[in-house]
Amino acid sequence: MTAAIGNYWRGVPEWAKRTAALFAFMAVLLIPAWSGSAFRAGRELYLVVAFVALILVGRPLYNAFWRLLESAGVRNGKRRWGRQPRWIRSLPLVSLVVLLLLVVWASGTQPSWTLVILLGIILALFLVPPQLRQYVVPVTVLGIAVAYPILIAENWLWAGSVPIITNPPSMDAMVVVAVYVMMALGLNMVVGYCGLLDLGYVAFFAIGAYCAAWFASPHFARPDINTGLPSIDFNFGGVGVFEGVGGIHISIWLVLLIGACITAVAGVLIGLPTLRLRGDYLAIVTLGFGEMVAQVARNGDEFQLGFNLTNGPPGINPVDSPGFGSWLHEHLGLPNVFRDAFGWWAGPVDSVGDVVDLMYWGALALVLITLFCSIRLRDSRLGRAWIAIREDETAAAAMGVPLMRTKTWSYATGAFFGGVAGVWFASFQQAVFPDTFNFNVSVFVLCMVILGGMGNVWGVIAGASFLAYLNTEGLAEFGGWMNENLLRCGGGQEAGKVISDGCVDIPAVSFGIYGIILVIVMLVRPYGLFPEARRKVEFEHGVHDEYLYDEREHGEHAAGAR
Amino acid sequence: MAELLLQTSGLRKEFGGLVAVNDVDFTIPQGSIVALIGPNGAGKTTFFNMITGVYKPSAGAVVFADEDITDRPPHFVTERGIGRTFQNIRLFQEMTALENVLVGMHCRLKGGILSSVFGLPRVRREEQQARERAHELLAYCSLEGVEDDYARNLSYGDQRRLEVARALATQPKLLLLDEPTAGMNPQESAEFTAFIHKLRDEEGLTVLLIEHDMKVVMGVSERLTVLDYGEKIAEGTPKEVQSDPRVIEAYLGTGAAAAV
Repeated sequence: MTAAIGNYWRGVPEWAKRTAALFAFMAVLLIPAWSGSAFRAGRELYLVVAFVALILVGRPLYNAFWRLLESAGVRNGKRRWGRQPRWIRSLPLVSLVVLLLLVVWASGTQPSWTLVILLGIILALFLVPPQLRQYVVPVTVLGIAVAYPILIAENWLWAGSVPIITNPPSMDAMVVVAVYVMMALGLNMVVGYCGLLDLGYVAFFAIGAYCAAWFASPHFARPDINTGLPSIDFNFGGVGVFEGVGGIHISIWLVLLIGACITAVAGVLIGLPTLRLRGDYLAIVTLGFGEMVAQVARNGDEFQLGFNLTNGPPGINPVDSPGFGSWLHEHLGLPNVFRDAFGWWAGPVDSVGDVVDLMYWGALALVLITLFCSIRLRDSRLGRAWIAIREDETAAAAMGVPLMRTKTWSYATGAFFGGVAGVWFASFQQAVFPDTFNFNVSVFVLCMVILGGMGNVWGVIAGASFLAYLNTEGLAEFGGWMNENLLRCGGGQEAGKVISDGCVDIPAVSFGIYGIILVIVMLVRPYGLFPEARRKVEFEHGVHDEYLYDEREHGEHAAGAR
Repeated sequence: MAELLLQTSGLRKEFGGLVAVNDVDFTIPQGSIVALIGPNGAGKTTFFNMITGVYKPSAGAVVFADEDITDRPPHFVTERGIGRTFQNIRLFQEMTALENVLVGMHCRLKGGILSSVFGLPRVRREEQQARERAHELLAYCSLEGVEDDYARNLSYGDQRRLEVARALATQPKLLLLDEPTAGMNPQESAEFTAFIHKLRDEEGLTVLLIEHDMKVVMGVSERLTVLDYGEKIAEGTPKEVQSDPRVIEAYLGTGAAAAV
């Protein structure tokens, strides 16, 4: 019988044979999804599991399937197939995609654009020449990111047709995600490149945010009773400020630079005493500084400080909005003030162009600038010195790298981008509250860096996007989906209770879930999801950074030996 | 007598109650190859670390090229022109061979943070030249073809050579080698001896090396200094030192001198 099958297949061209094999493989994989399931969520869950399995172990599964076919007499013309032109080799995959799309179309449901885009990326990866292949994913992600407000407004994303994440991320969530990506990239310069464990990164976020509140709000409008400081009324390019409000109003674009520079200086000031320490000791001291900044923000009003610096627990508001001013508005049609920019967009989509979309695009531009600087610095003389310090401080010093100066630069650069994120966040929220800047933020940003893969900017971006999305909307979406599809949720869910009436309040246990995710990642991929190539080597072999006597006992390095 | 490149006077290091190096006076003439020998624990590496600024001397002074470099940090000492290798290889393991050499050039390059971010032509040109020079240096140390390998993946001999290449990248006047031939076979040691001579003759370097392999020491060095228990017990040409009874005693034990 085996021979009969083998003979039957002999005359069939290689591409047809391959297409048939691929179809059969997918059919085997997908049949259980349509074979009637008891649970409503069963099919969706199976599809998700199958999709993940396909990504993780798709190739070995497919190879095993081929071995099965070969044992049934089908000859695998692997070598002949490899010599075929690329477009012929893409035929099986293309036809599979076309067939899937046809099935979706015929079944009457609108094809999910996300699915189409995903399949497009896979195809592109296959068809693009190898020297360009590395750009496919970044360019696609960037394209989707830029077009995201339009995709959302046109409802071109999935909205309801995808399990677990029923709704695509909203624009508000996307701004926060972008801000966190900025912070994670900044922290990556300290933790990932230079190997300095910083547990107080929130300090820089807070200083940036308060810079925005000082230089772009009516905060200093009132005369200060205690210090006798007069009321200030100063406007330098600030847009959307009402007449006679007073206070300092500098254009947010300028404040981004000013705030970032002030934050960088703060980074140097915090760094000078702390960077003499190594390892765990540095982590503890930075943690302390992070808390100090938050406490100063909380207590920095007339009653505690004697001078109203931060307005205490109520925070400072309103913080000005960015904008291009009336001249650019009249001549180039750019939005005058982001906050008032409803209906600014003159394109085919009416609902695009309000303040959140503009803040999102602004944040995206800042992320790109941060990314650019990250990559440029990594490949520069300074970046090399950072990595050298991470690898072996003693040897780096002996090779002429000034330890304190180089570490302080890394700290200041990281702080700079933390400050940028802080200014943009304050302007987005139009307010600054001291309670925003707690220890959780530091840990959360550190988790993003570790989860994504320390040192690799792409991994850090992925990790930050994932965790920030989970924190803003992802967990709530997941919880809603689970309550609806998996649990016997009666609809009588009580606020403040984790489990009530058969429902589970997932966001209430978010930090537990992040903990579990981190533990799993550390067990399965200890060097992060997308590790830097050299980092991976480091984790597999371990680092041997032995400290010499003087570094332990005196002067620069009071930290202990391992 | 040639001009002195390095001079230590009364150099002393105490670790708690232990005197590791005891008031050592030591000189290195310009353009010479000097060896520092002694039994294990004699304080040779400690002496090295004090010269390069890794350790702060308890007392005494180090003068390099007419400048007092006592208590100066390692990067300052390196910038003045003292390059070194380590007894236990301390390469940047997860950087490529080329990157290791480029880090060695750190103090000879100027690219600052802003000019690097903006990619100014000056910095690009400097970087390009640095890479070319790094390639030349690696070739000079017979390390062609491994430029893009991670240092960890290099063979032991290549790692030793890369350490020297990295030290040479700092453009030193004085090269300190801490047991450079440890773990090498006799043929590699012989090649290395020739390489040290080549460095001195072609590059005009002054070399100070710590070494255990007597064949290398006798073959390469013009002057020898012997340390024992942190004290200098002998100094002179290899011939003189070889027959010094205190040296024989330090190496072979009491009474050995009489037997010889």
